[in-house]
Amino acid sequence: MSNKLNHSMSLATPDATDISKKQKIALAIGITGLFILALALLNVNFPNKGLFLTIALGLISVGTIFYARDAYLTKLEGIKNDGQWFKSISSRGLWGWTLGIVLTIFYIVLYFYPKYLGLGQGVNGTNTGLIALFDPLSQFLSGNNASEWFVYGALYTVAILVFGYKFILKYRHNKYQQLRTVSVMFFQTAFAFVIPELMARLNSDSFSLPYNDLKNMWPLNYYAFDQWRVDQFINAQSIGLFFLILGVVTIFVISPILTYKYGKRWYCSWVCGCGGLAETAGDSFRHLSDKGVKAWKFERWMINSVLVFSVIMTTAVISTFLGYDSQKYWFTKNVFLISVGVFLTLLFAGVLYYKRQQINKSALKGAFGFYALTIAFLVFFAFFDLSQIKINASYFSFGLNNKTYNFDSALRTFYGFGIGSIFSGVIGTGFYPILGSRAWCRFGCPMAGILGIQQRLFSKFRITTNGGQCISCGNCSNSCEMGIDVRSYAQKGENIVRSSCVGCGICSAVCPRGVLKLENDSMEGRINSNEILLGNDVNLINLVNQNTK
Amino acid sequence: MEHIVIIGNGISGVTAARYIRKLSDKKITIISAETNYFFSRTALMYVYMGHMKFEHTQPYENWFWEKNKINLKQGFVKHIDTASKTLQFSEGDTLAYDKLIIATGSKPNKFGWPGQDLDGVMGMYHKQDLENLEKYAPNNKVCKRTVIVGGGLIGIELAEMLNSRNIPVTFLVRESSFWNGVLPEGESAMLNRHIKNHHIDLRLGVNLKEITSDSNGKVKSVIVAETGEEISCDVVGLTAGVSPNIDFIKDSNIETGRGVKVNRYLETNIPDVYAIGDCAEQHEPIGQRRSIEAVWYTGRMMGETLAQTICGNRLEYKPGHWFNSAKFLDIEYQTYGWVFSRPRENEAHFHWKHEDDTKCITICYNTINNKFLGINTFGIRMRHEVFDTWLTEKRDVDYVIKHLVEANFDPEFYKHYEAEIFSAYQNNLQTI
Repeated sequence: MSNKLNHSMSLATPDATDISKKQKIALAIGITGLFILALALLNVNFPNKGLFLTIALGLISVGTIFYARDAYLTKLEGIKNDGQWFKSISSRGLWGWTLGIVLTIFYIVLYFYPKYLGLGQGVNGTNTGLIALFDPLSQFLSGNNASEWFVYGALYTVAILVFGYKFILKYRHNKYQQLRTVSVMFFQTAFAFVIPELMARLNSDSFSLPYNDLKNMWPLNYYAFDQWRVDQFINAQSIGLFFLILGVVTIFVISPILTYKYGKRWYCSWVCGCGGLAETAGDSFRHLSDKGVKAWKFERWMINSVLVFSVIMTTAVISTFLGYDSQKYWFTKNVFLISVGVFLTLLFAGVLYYKRQQINKSALKGAFGFYALTIAFLVFFAFFDLSQIKINASYFSFGLNNKTYNFDSALRTFYGFGIGSIFSGVIGTGFYPILGSRAWCRFGCPMAGILGIQQRLFSKFRITTNGGQCISCGNCSNSCEMGIDVRSYAQKGENIVRSSCVGCGICSAVCPRGVLKLENDSMEGRINSNEILLGNDVNLINLVNQNTK
Repeated sequence: MEHIVIIGNGISGVTAARYIRKLSDKKITIISAETNYFFSRTALMYVYMGHMKFEHTQPYENWFWEKNKINLKQGFVKHIDTASKTLQFSEGDTLAYDKLIIATGSKPNKFGWPGQDLDGVMGMYHKQDLENLEKYAPNNKVCKRTVIVGGGLIGIELAEMLNSRNIPVTFLVRESSFWNGVLPEGESAMLNRHIKNHHIDLRLGVNLKEITSDSNGKVKSVIVAETGEEISCDVVGLTAGVSPNIDFIKDSNIETGRGVKVNRYLETNIPDVYAIGDCAEQHEPIGQRRSIEAVWYTGRMMGETLAQTICGNRLEYKPGHWFNSAKFLDIEYQTYGWVFSRPRENEAHFHWKHEDDTKCITICYNTINNKFLGINTFGIRMRHEVFDTWLTEKRDVDYVIKHLVEANFDPEFYKHYEAEIFSAYQNNLQTI
C-alpha cells in the first residue's frame, strides 16, 4: 500500500506535510528556550536566574504560540488533522520514539535521581542546575527555594497553558472544546500550582498545612490519607480539619453527584491535571491508543486491579496508624476496618441488586473476585499487626532496594513506586508518543476506575448516536484517546455508554456526518441497541427488534 | 448446507452477510477483487489526508470474519453461469452457489473524453484509485496542479484531499453552480463561495473537451470546451458521477439495464439471484427515489432487508423516509425528507442563511396543506430520529419551525439559531 509512513528526520524534508517557514522559526524560538533549560541542567550558572528563567519559559511559550497561530489561523475553521499519521512525531516514527525516550528519562531522573537536576547540590544544601534556575519563581510564590516538584509543576503548568492555547486555536469552531480547555488551564494554574504555593506562605513553626491541591482527590492522590498528612491537617486546627473533611466529602458526596449529572468528564477532561496535560500537550498523540478488543480486555482487568490495590493499600496504611497511635484519633483500627467492610458490602450488594440487568457475566465474575479479595485483606488487617510484619524489598526489586519495610508501608511504597511513579509518570506521560496520551487514565488511574463504574451504572451521561447517519468511516474511533471503538457502536445506532469515556468530545467534533453528541439526559433509553438502523422499513425494524428481545 | 455467495465486500454485501449469519447457519462466502477485508469507502479520503491509516477504515478487526464463519475469497468474477449456478473467475477457478447476491457497487463514469485513459487520469472510488493518486500526486512538487472534472460529492472530496497536501486544484463543473442539480440555489451558492475560500480554482459552467498527453503517455494538460483554454496539470480526477459496476454480468442471463434489474424483493429475473446496493436498479422507482440509489445508507438497508428474504422471511424493500449526509470541506450537510433543487408543483422553500456564510437551512413544504416535506441543513446538526418522527406524523411547517430546537444535535455550548430562524420565517410569511 502506498500510504506507508514516511519517517523523515530532516526538518527540511520535501514532504507535502512539511511545516512552513514561520513554523520553523517558531520551533527555533521554542528550542532556544529549551536550550537554556538544558544549559541549566548541565550546571551552567546563570548570573540573573530570574531573568534567564523568564527568557527560557517565555521563548518556549512564544515559540508554541507563534507555531500554533501559523498552523491554524492561516486556515479556515474546521478539523485540522491533516498528516497526523504521516508526521514522524505523531505516528511512532523516529521523532516520536526520540521524544518518548527523552520524556521517559526525564521522569526517571525526576522521580528517583532529583540530584541530577541539581536538588540540594550546592553549599549548605542549596540548589544548583535546573532546580536553582527555578528558585526565584519559587521564592516569589511560596518564599521557599524550589524543589524538583516545583520545577515539574511549573513546567507542567506552562505546558498545559501553551498547548491549551494551541488546542483552542485548533478547535476554534468548537465551543465545547474551548470551554473545556479553558477549564483545565484554570484548574492546573490555580488549584494545582499557584494556590498551594501561596498557601505554603501561611505555614510557620506552629502552623503547617500539607501541600494541598484541592481537586486532586483520593484515590488519584494515593497519599491523601498518609499519617503525616492526616496529622498535619488535624494539627492545623479548624482550617486543617476543614480541608480533611472536604477531601472526604469530595470523594463520597460531591464527586458522585457531579458524575451522576455530567458523567466522569466533569473531572477527567475538565478538571484533572493528568487529563489536562493529555488533552493539551498530549493532543497530537491521542490517535495512537489501541482500539482492539484485546486492549479493552486488558484495560478492564488492569484498571480495576489498580483500584482494588489502592483501596487495600489505603486501608492498610490508615488501619496501621490508627492501631499503634489509637489515642490520637477518633476512630480505632477495628471500627475503621468494620466500617470499610460494611460500606463496601452494602455498596456491592446495592449495585448487584439494582443494576443486575446491566452487568454481564464476565463483569460479575470480576466484581465477585475483587470483592472477596478486598474483604479477605480487611480480615487479615484486623487480625494482624501490620507494623510487625517485615518485608525485605530486595526480593521484589531485583536487589535495587535493600530496605526492610513494615507490611503497610511496603504496600504503600510499592504502590507509590509502581503506580504513582512508574505507571502514571514514566509510562503514562513518558510514553505519550508511543501509547497515546491517555494510557495512564485508561489502564491505571484508580480515580478513573471509580468514576467509570459510576458513569457506566449511575449517570445521565452518554454519547448519543444520530439514527442511521453513520458511514463507518472510523474518524471517531481513530481519535478516541481512551481507545474506545466508537464506530462499533455508532454504526449499529447504539449510544456509547462506556466506563472509560472521559467525555473529551473529539469523536463528536471529527465526525463528518454529525452522528455523535455528548449529552446528559434521562436514564431511560440511555443504553439502547437497535438491531436495524433508523431509515429502514418500520415493519422490519420492529420485527427484528422484537425477535432479539 | 445452503451456500450463499456474495459478490462484493462493500457495505451492502457485508451487511447482508452479517444479518444472514445472525439469522442462520448457512455457509457464506464474500468475494472481492478489490481488498481482503471490508473497509469504509467513504473514508478513503482520510487515508490520503493522513487523518487515518488504511486499516482504520476497516470497521471490523480481521479476526471477525473467521469468528463469524464468513469466508472471504479474493478473486474477480468473470462470468456467472446461472444454469449450473456457478461463478467463473478470471483466475481460472470456479465456485458453486445456491443463492447469489450481486453487490458489486459502482464505477466512476467516463464519457469517452479524448485522453481519459492516460496515466495520471483517475477516478476516486476504489482503493486502487487511492494508490494511483498516491503515486501521481504524492506532493506538490511531483503534482503541480490537478484538474477535477465533475462537481459532485466525490469531486469536492477529491479537491479537499489534494488541498490537504497543498496541491493546487482547478475544479471544472458543468453546472452553473456547484451541485445545483440537487441543492437549492442559496445552498449551492454558499458552497461556491466556501470552495473558493479554500483557494480552489472553481470553474462553473464549463466542460472538458480533451485531456492531452506528453510523450510518455502521461497527462499533460486539460482543454476546456467552452473557452479552448489549456490548463496544464499532472493529474486529472474524473468525478462525473458513478454507474453500476456490472460489465461482467452483461453476457449472462441476468436482466440488466443501467444496473441489475430487481423487483421490490431485490430479486432478479433469475431465481436465487439477487442484487443490492449501488448496482441494483429498481424496475419502478420507489416513491420519489431514483431507481438506482448509489448511497451508503440505502446499500446497508437493502442488505438488512435481503438477509430476511434469504433466511425464509420474504420481505419487500421498503425504505423509510429519505435521509442523507455529506461534508463539503468544512461544512457538514444533512438532509431529511425531500428538498429538491427547485420546488415542485405545490411546493415552496423557506431558506435561511447565517451571516457568516457557513450555515443555512432550506425547508420544503406543501403550499396547499402546509405539510412539512423535508429539510436541508448546512453547518447545523439535526436529529435523525426527530425528523423521521415528524415526517411520519405529517407535521406542518409551522410546527417544525416552532419546534426546531428539539431537533438540534450540535455539541453542547454551541450557539443556537432557532430564534433567528423563527423570526426569519415570520418575516418571510409577512412578505408573501
